[in-house]
Amino acid sequence: MNDKVISFPILADYNTPIKFMIEKMTNYEVRLSPKMTKNTLEIGSKYSPDYACLPFKYTLGNYIETLENGANVIMQAGGGCRFGYYFELQKQILSDLGYNFEFYSLTESDVNGISSIYKTLKNLNPNIKRVRYLYYLLLTFLMIYYMDKLDMYIRKNVGFEINKGSFDRVKKSMLTKFSKTRGFLDLIKTYYYYRKKFKNIALDKPKNCLKVGIVGELYTSMEPHSSYFIERELANMNVEVTRYTNVTFLLITKRFKEKYYLRKIKKYCKFTMGADAMDNVARAKILIKKGYDGIIHIKPFGCVPEIGAMKVLENLCDDEKIPIMFLTFDTNTSELGIKTRLEAFHDMLLMRRGNEK
Amino acid sequence: MKNNAYLGVDIGSISTKGVIIDDSNNIIACEYIKTQGNPISAVKQLIKSLESKFDSNLYKIVSIGTTGSARKLAGKMLGATTIKNEITAHAIATISIHPDVRTIIEIGGQDSKIILVDKKIVTDYAMNTLCAAGTGAFLTNQAKRLDIDINDFGSIALMSKNPVKLAARCSVFAESDLVHKAQLGYKKEDIVSGLCKSIVNNYLNNVAKGKKILSPVVFQGGVSKNIGVVKAFEDELKTNVIVDDIGHLMGAYGIAIMSKKSVKDNDFSFRISDANFETKVYDCSGCANNCEVIRIYKDMKLMDSWGNKCENGLK
Repeated sequence: MNDKVISFPILADYNTPIKFMIEKMTNYEVRLSPKMTKNTLEIGSKYSPDYACLPFKYTLGNYIETLENGANVIMQAGGGCRFGYYFELQKQILSDLGYNFEFYSLTESDVNGISSIYKTLKNLNPNIKRVRYLYYLLLTFLMIYYMDKLDMYIRKNVGFEINKGSFDRVKKSMLTKFSKTRGFLDLIKTYYYYRKKFKNIALDKPKNCLKVGIVGELYTSMEPHSSYFIERELANMNVEVTRYTNVTFLLITKRFKEKYYLRKIKKYCKFTMGADAMDNVARAKILIKKGYDGIIHIKPFGCVPEIGAMKVLENLCDDEKIPIMFLTFDTNTSELGIKTRLEAFHDMLLMRRGNEK
Repeated sequence: MKNNAYLGVDIGSISTKGVIIDDSNNIIACEYIKTQGNPISAVKQLIKSLESKFDSNLYKIVSIGTTGSARKLAGKMLGATTIKNEITAHAIATISIHPDVRTIIEIGGQDSKIILVDKKIVTDYAMNTLCAAGTGAFLTNQAKRLDIDINDFGSIALMSKNPVKLAARCSVFAESDLVHKAQLGYKKEDIVSGLCKSIVNNYLNNVAKGKKILSPVVFQGGVSKNIGVVKAFEDELKTNVIVDDIGHLMGAYGIAIMSKKSVKDNDFSFRISDANFETKVYDCSGCANNCEVIRIYKDMKLMDSWGNKCENGLK
């Protein structure tokens, strides 16, 4: 059986490392889901229950498009909130629609992520050796780690590039290079090469530019389509953006930081609230302490953990006298409404700085 | 030598407002008309009637600002020098009139907002999100249902001694509550007064939730003309609520003030009311995203287009 075609839902630029990993560990073809468009969301929400949150609709849209495109094995990451259960529901919806496919959730078969992914991949490739698996898993982790590190730098500076689009161009070529990684040494070399390239991009950045931190639900924060490219909008207003939610955090740092985060906000939270809600409160606090001008909290409509976080964030920002804006995304949120609110938020931050132009 | 004048236009969902001010922020001319779902003709009509109120021998318009939900479209039509969101415009206008203001409540046709101000600086704001309950459009609809002229709404509400309790969370539930109460035989003024209270409760629960409302409180937007709602706010907040005569023009007034900073030395002519503006919407077929691209034509000549996510849409 060599005709399996593997695919997975899109999450920002993480296609590259995920594709790399699956290709190296199995011998099947990996076909990327078609690019995310308005159509993705339309078919996704058509077959979704109305009360399911936005990530459900986007990923279901991804699945349908990629199945139409010839894929017959789908992988999903699983998650900490009800997204973990969505996998079962999406499987049911898709088979009701008449698609014939295999569906794997990478983190579902075991409590421990690393052995869980191994077990799942073992289903697809029984011959995989533990050593080979660990080697490529670590290589992929490192790739993701490098990507996230550079992304942090990009978010802080992309709003100030002199030639529009320079960051995008370099990033594109970096991802192409990453996808052809031959080993650790090669990856490290590529990383330093591109890091230098990014740092050499000409910037026109004032020392006291506005700084905004984005916290919120993981899918909405990471996938630009689902938040109407909020980071790009902010960058166009010459704002430095920081967001801590990324795959490195979710896979690795989250479990180590939990205690530290809880200590940081012990005045507000005594325990975690599911998914990343508590982490977001702690991060908001860290951002405020770092002197950020404002916080934007984003979530899909009906996201339970983040609704819990909102009230705590409100209290925190009230005590610290830092403005916070809550944005909720759903299938019909008009882009103009988001733009109006962002623009007003930006004006307000400028006014607070006392240098309103 | 003519004096400088500055034009501000606020095109909202329900009404279109225009204000012309002079150097010391005095209003020279103002106009308030209904948008009626057609911003292009509303802007034309507005400009026409502003022209008749404006003494072009004394003043010349040197800058134009647009705000409101159709600010981009109107900005292109008028050749505006400043295009800004209505939240900032309202804040600037109110601060210039009431320098000590702490809370601005604004309820318009489709949206409502709260703006908190401290020492002339906006410190926080919020806007209603996915629901339009508790806005002017809701009141207008209910007035129609009860067969009341919306202008009498407030005075009828004040006659009530025993306001009806109505659900405040959602406009659909409030409406079914209202129908039910009317069928039970409640007096009209009690229902109207109950509606005013439900608007206020909805606002305080959904828009202003968790924010501290400090006085002085300024109430503006179309709904501020409704004395029933003003009274309900005063009862609920237990403080005096200031309503300006020009409360409904504040957005336009604010954007006129803001446009002063972007003066271009061109004499604005009122001719645009004769020009033929047309918009065409088409689905771009450049890629699978099918962006809705809006193109605006002036006398059949393409002026601008927007709505595209990438360069393909500009073809």
